[in-house]
Parts: sequence; structure tokens; C-alpha cells
Amino acid sequence: MSTPYLIGTYQPGTSVVHRMPVGVKVAALAVFSVAVVAVRSMPAAWAYLAVALVVALVARLPLRLLGRAARAVLVVAVAIAAFQWWFHGRDRAIETLLDLVSLSLMAVVLTGTTPVNAMLDAFIRWVTQLRRLGIDPDRVALTISLAMQAIPGTFAIAAETRDAARARGLERRPRAYLSPFVIRVVARAQETGDALAARGVGDD
Amino acid sequence: MTVPTLTFDGAGVTVPTPHGDKLILAPTSLELTERRIGVIGANGSGKSTLARMVNGLVTATTGRVLVDGVDVAAHAARVRRRVGFVFTDPAAQVVMPTCVEDVELSLRRHVKRARERRERALDVLARFGLRDLADTSVHSLSGGQRQLLAIAGVLATEPAVVVADEPTTLLDLANTRRIGDLLHGLDQQVVLVTHDLELVRRCDRVLVVEHGRVRFDGPADEAVADYVASVEQAVGA
Repeated sequence: MSTPYLIGTYQPGTSVVHRMPVGVKVAALAVFSVAVVAVRSMPAAWAYLAVALVVALVARLPLRLLGRAARAVLVVAVAIAAFQWWFHGRDRAIETLLDLVSLSLMAVVLTGTTPVNAMLDAFIRWVTQLRRLGIDPDRVALTISLAMQAIPGTFAIAAETRDAARARGLERRPRAYLSPFVIRVVARAQETGDALAARGVGDD
Repeated sequence: MTVPTLTFDGAGVTVPTPHGDKLILAPTSLELTERRIGVIGANGSGKSTLARMVNGLVTATTGRVLVDGVDVAAHAARVRRRVGFVFTDPAAQVVMPTCVEDVELSLRRHVKRARERRERALDVLARFGLRDLADTSVHSLSGGQRQLLAIAGVLATEPAVVVADEPTTLLDLANTRRIGDLLHGLDQQVVLVTHDLELVRRCDRVLVVEHGRVRFDGPADEAVADYVASVEQAVGA
């Protein structure tokens, strides 16, 4: 079975980006994201994409996987860009498309070069002050991790359900696809909850 | 390793429905002290419910379940430290991106220092022949490897009891034998819910569950014979 999407999937490596502290990587992503939103122009959009590609190359992430991740985002980005073209013209559409691809590439670089447990540990350190408010940082961090992990799992369920609907000749009936899809996603969430409970996660 | 005592003291489960309470497991009284306990029965017979009651995933609505005298409902967290649970579908159980990270998740409560936790997790993977896959995405594992990883995650915390709910149902023959041999080779007490009659023949004691009741409780060969006879009667063979 292959990984459907790179999101949330760590790729072991020894590159400079892999060896950077988690905090530096998260801060860099935050700064990059703010810059993309705050400074908007066509030259800036190309520059953001160039930066994202250079960082991805320096991280030595497999190009095949980067392509897959970009392709997943492109579906949404192209749809949004089409709306932008309709309302604001071609330049704004291209700019939006480039910005979304750049942001997603940078996000993939973060998740692809950082083990989830390292992110959890860092996150727990950062939000430890929340304990005073009665919030359990461990639980918050695990929730974020599970949400990231749920993405490829949900895509896999969607593909299986779509194939099952096709096999029965029901691909043109959204209900034949959506109902079992929702039921299976909820069932998987229930099973995962049971599995976490069985492992004692959340008991402390 | 001393074998724990699992006690069902009139423990039963019903669930409310619009047409009144539905019986899932009738009040059951058992004392399980054997090292290998098998549970067989048809789909929907109540055998998984019985297994899930041992570590509090399902709570008895009547009576109580005790692990070495500790009430599961009252002290679920304490009991779960001693009772590990292996699910049928490892895809639901394995929740972290890579093999080593998933084992580390199990160890989070037990080992606070990240480096020590990683080393312990790598040791566990090595024990199960998964060391080379430590940094591999769990999505790229075969079904057998994923179930092996799920079991490694359970055994990482060294529980006294392992409850396995149809752990080989989704596996091919080779992996079924591999996982079966692994479970039967453990030092821990094992409660094995299965449809695999060859696997259950190696148990010390076997319960046959039918329509929410334990209809037979005894040696494996007799239990299997009883179950096969009841199935043949049901299908009119």
C-alpha cells in the first residue's frame, strides 16, 4: 500500500532542514505564512514559490512525494484561482495559485522533516502554561497529531468507498457514495478512540 | 510471570433500544486463571463484548469484572496499565506516522524523557523484527507487519494480560500463523477471541459464546467440538 499523500508523513533524512530545531522550523513557517498574506504582488508570489522550492530541495524530500502533495493541493488551489480569475482577473488568480502552492510546499517540508513526536514534545513545551487554565497540553498535542494522521486515512476511505460505488454502477448517485463514506469515517473515529483508550491514552 | 485472575462476577451488558433493552451478554460468572484462554462463537454472539469488558472498553451494566481483584469499572486507568488490547484492524490501532513513533506513543505515560523513550521503542521494534522499519511510514506496511506493530505497541508497556480480538481475521495464512505463534509464545496471560479453530486448539481453556451466553466452558478440543456441532446444527448439515 502506498502513502496517498505526504501530509503528516515524516521522511527520515540528515539534511540541514531535518537537523534544525522544531521551533526554528515552525517559526520560519509562521513568518513565511504572514509574509505571503501581508506582501502581495506577482513578483512576490514567484519569489515565495522559489523560496519554497529551494527549501524543499535543500530538505532533499523525494520529488515524487512533493509532486503528489502539490497535486493534492492543486485541485483546491485551481478551483479557488478560477473564482479569483472570474472576480478579480488573471493576475490575481495566478498570484493566489502560486501563494497556495508555496504555503503547502512549506508545510509539507515541515511535516516531512520533523517527526510527529518531536513536534508533540515541542508543542507540549510551548503550551505548558495552559495547564494553569486546566488544559492538558499532551492531549491538545495528540489531537493535532491525530488530525494530521486522519488526512491520508480519510482519503483512503474515500477512494475505497468511491470504488465500491463504481463497482455497483452507482457512481452517479452521490448518496450511494457519501452515506457509506460518512459512516465509515465516523466508525473509524470510534475505533481509533477505542484503540487510544485501550492504550491508556488520556487516562492520566 | 504470575498468571492474573480475571473474574466475571455476574457481569452482563444490555443496551437500550427504542423497543426495550437488548441483551448483548447475559450475566456471566467466571474465574479465568489459565495462561491461554480462547473465546469462540458466531459473529454478534457477544464474544468481543466479553473481551472488551476485561480492560473497560465496554462497561458491565450488571455485575462487575475484576482483574486480580481490581474492579475494572472503578479503576479503568489502573487496569489498562496491566491489560493490553489488540484489535482486529491494526489500521485503527496504529495512529502515528512511523513505526517507532507509534511505539513511542504507547510509552509516553511510562517514559518521560524523549531520548530514553526513543531507545526503548527501538528495542521493542528490534524484539519483533521491525527495527529496520523504525522510520518507515505505517501506511507502507503490509497487513501482517501492521498487526505486528500493533502488538509491539501493546507489549511495549509490558502488560500482564493481552486481550486480542480476532487479531488474525484480516491476515493471510502465513501471517495468521506468525501472529498466532507470537501470541501463544508470550509470557503474558492471553485472552484470544478468534474464528480460527486451529489457533484456539492451543489454548488451555476455551469459552464458546452463543446469543450472548457462554454455552460451553472447558478444554479446547471439547469446546471446538461443541462449537462445530452447534454450527452444523444451525446450518442443517
